[in-house]
Amino acid sequence: MELLPTIWFIAIALLWTGYLFLEGFDLGVGMLMKTFARNNTERRVLLNTIGPVWDGNEVWLLTAGGATFAAFPLWYASLFSALYLPLLLVLVALIFRAVAFEYRGKVDTPQWRARWDWAIALGSLLAAFGVGAALALTTTGLPLNANGDREGGPFAWFTGYAVLGGLAVVGFSLLHGLAFLALKTDGEVRHRARQWFVRLLPVLLLPIAGWAIVMQVQAGKAWTMAAVVAAVVAAVLAWNFARRGAEGRAFVALGTFLVLGSASIFGAAFPVVLPSTLNPAFNLTVTNASSSDYTLGLMTVVACVGLPLVLAYQAWTYWVFRRRVSATHIPEAHSFLPAIAAKALAPKD
Amino acid sequence: MEALEIARWQFGITTVYHFMMVPLTIGLGLVVAVIQTLWYRTGKPEYLRMTKFWGKLFLINFIMGVATGIVQEFQFGMAWSEYSRFVGDVFGAPLALEALLAFFVESTFLGLWIFGWKQLKRCVHLACLWIAVIGSVFSAYFIIVANSWMQHPVGVEMINGRPVMTDAWAVFTNNTALVAVPHTLFGALAVAGGFLLGIAWYHLWRRRHDGIDTVGADGKVIPGESDIPGRDRADHAVWIRSLRIGAVVAMISFAGTAITGDLQGKLMFQQQPMKMAAAEAACHDGTGFSVLSIGNVGSKNCDDVVAVIEVPGILSFLAKGDFTTEVKGVNSLLDQYKADYGTHLPNNPIYGDRAGQEIQYVPVMEVTYWGFRMMIGFGGAAALAALVALWATRKGTVPASRGLMRLAVFGILAPFGANAAGWIFTEMGRQPFVVAPNPDLNGIDQVFMFTAAAVSPGVSAGELLTSLIVLTAVYALLLVVEVKLLVKYIRGGVVSAMPELVHVPADDNEDQNPPGGTPGKPAADDVLAFAY
Repeated sequence: MELLPTIWFIAIALLWTGYLFLEGFDLGVGMLMKTFARNNTERRVLLNTIGPVWDGNEVWLLTAGGATFAAFPLWYASLFSALYLPLLLVLVALIFRAVAFEYRGKVDTPQWRARWDWAIALGSLLAAFGVGAALALTTTGLPLNANGDREGGPFAWFTGYAVLGGLAVVGFSLLHGLAFLALKTDGEVRHRARQWFVRLLPVLLLPIAGWAIVMQVQAGKAWTMAAVVAAVVAAVLAWNFARRGAEGRAFVALGTFLVLGSASIFGAAFPVVLPSTLNPAFNLTVTNASSSDYTLGLMTVVACVGLPLVLAYQAWTYWVFRRRVSATHIPEAHSFLPAIAAKALAPKD
Repeated sequence: MEALEIARWQFGITTVYHFMMVPLTIGLGLVVAVIQTLWYRTGKPEYLRMTKFWGKLFLINFIMGVATGIVQEFQFGMAWSEYSRFVGDVFGAPLALEALLAFFVESTFLGLWIFGWKQLKRCVHLACLWIAVIGSVFSAYFIIVANSWMQHPVGVEMINGRPVMTDAWAVFTNNTALVAVPHTLFGALAVAGGFLLGIAWYHLWRRRHDGIDTVGADGKVIPGESDIPGRDRADHAVWIRSLRIGAVVAMISFAGTAITGDLQGKLMFQQQPMKMAAAEAACHDGTGFSVLSIGNVGSKNCDDVVAVIEVPGILSFLAKGDFTTEVKGVNSLLDQYKADYGTHLPNNPIYGDRAGQEIQYVPVMEVTYWGFRMMIGFGGAAALAALVALWATRKGTVPASRGLMRLAVFGILAPFGANAAGWIFTEMGRQPFVVAPNPDLNGIDQVFMFTAAAVSPGVSAGELLTSLIVLTAVYALLLVVEVKLLVKYIRGGVVSAMPELVHVPADDNEDQNPPGGTPGKPAADDVLAFAY
């Protein structure tokens, strides 16, 4: 096995794991805007827990995509073109979600906020589902021909695995969002988030566990199966910590679950990056889909400097905003009278 | 329409749209960072107000650039998979580095700036903005390195029919990129300059119109007070300073775009001669720059085009720096291109139904000819207007004319138009190539790719049409929302970004910290009000 392509397979697996870990909770918090939060103040509590960090988290997606393009152009080209419509859905969902975060508080009417709340909730849900479906399909396979192009029309990707992967990321993100809220808020929201976490954990982790098991059946290795077992242990620990009120530990345990689960899935898939369901000879692998060693070497050097830096300053951001947010921190929505409208409204004398 | 056409329209629409938001983000970011630095150094309240007001507009716009940027990265793989396969070894790296070294910096430090007004020390808070803004400049650099490789492929060898990077230094110091980066940054500053100028003009005009500011016998402004929160004497300083900063930025950036644009023209003359000829709609070799050409500029037979007004020598100056070198026209270049790259698309499955079609080496000349002139015309008009504005406001306020105010406000659009026209010119002018051949590279395996070969073979025209319609509709809707919000916050004036001004009695010193809430109630965090 060639060294540099293998390193970059691991790097991309890490980038996706980083994405699911970080954006996982802000996608989850986004989905909870409609189901969990009960009033506008609670929604603003939710938003302010992820406000300073969600955009930085989303860059993990861009970096995972960009790194795939640079390190495995054939993987990037085949996966993204084969999943044309689901990725369009992801894009539209991410666009509305991003704009909604920024614009929601910019006009002080309930209708305006309600519209953007829906954009946040649905945008988060669909983005999580689409990303999950894409990741599941890159491990379970797509109907690709010898050139790496999709056969069978625009919906040929739609299989049970797509649904399983979609539910896996939606379920995990919801749970991770609850863990994050329990960790980052205070008062009623914190209490309820913990309750929901304990109650929903078994259901929400079921699809992602299913995906990991599918991968073990398909191509499991001894160490990846061990990782699945360890992941289950981590999930049980997370549940137990949350029940006892140890929110920090519950969050870490759930994060460990994700890292182990993701390792078991990507590890089982290795060295295939995108199987063809038409003919195993058309499989894209770390060897036949990768860039030249020169390009990979360059990227390795830059990543060795850049990635630790990213981790350091993102960690610092979480430190700066470490304080729990609660309803009492939320000020009245400020509806300003625009200076110029105020003049126009003033009685004429 | 077939898949290729739809994919091209989609790339054009989404990119031009994305590049409405991006120059404002880069330009306004730099300006806000400078203003906040002034506040940090002088402590003058008007600089704080300017930071908050322009910062608010910056954020309303920034998010649109972020949201539409993801589409850009995904669409190479989605709609242009053959392109991605062909260029991935060299083109993917700058994209990945852009995300790793620029987007992370930009988004993380901007988050710190938005939410960190109270949590961070003043100098750290200011540094966060500078780091975010420098991140956006780096992002411009990386994406232009990628684009410049399509204009002028360097640093590669052809191995198994694909370009493989052999010299990263050559790719990242491509001379095309080194002149395009400052050109683009000055273009971004031009947008910010016009934005400040137009909006500040409106507010100064409004203050006169509402009778707050008056003009003395010597023509000098007498700034007044009003009982409306935020429209006090300091408010006048906010707008006159914004206007002057905007005008100076607009003029400097026009000079910058002109100088770097001139360097670009000379490179283009060597690297993509057909683009230069098409910019002129010139059939025959010559030295003159056409000020106005009539006839059917876009016709296949370019002998239909007649230059009515032509300045001799100028074209040679643009291309070569003297007044006598003959610049090759379309007709003589056409034979050369046909000899070098063939007359018909090869019978290769990569071209799909397009295999065997005749190659049109001449770009759409209505677009190149007028794109080139709109870029220069809009840019120059904005700079001239900035000069006039500086003179017109020498006594501290703007003329009372409503017409001039409208002109200043609509003038905001001119630098946007110049940016869009420049990019449309340079991208359309590169056709029929998606990767233009580099005339310096010798040998049969010259590195180039026809756009006809770049589109995703596995994606149907129906899918592309769906995404074209969906994305265009979403973008149109969001443009309406963004402009409405910008207008609302602009009309609101400084208070829209500083609600604390409403609570502060007019005679209080703005330098003090805003009140922390009513007694007995926990202090409401007005920092959160600034954000979400």
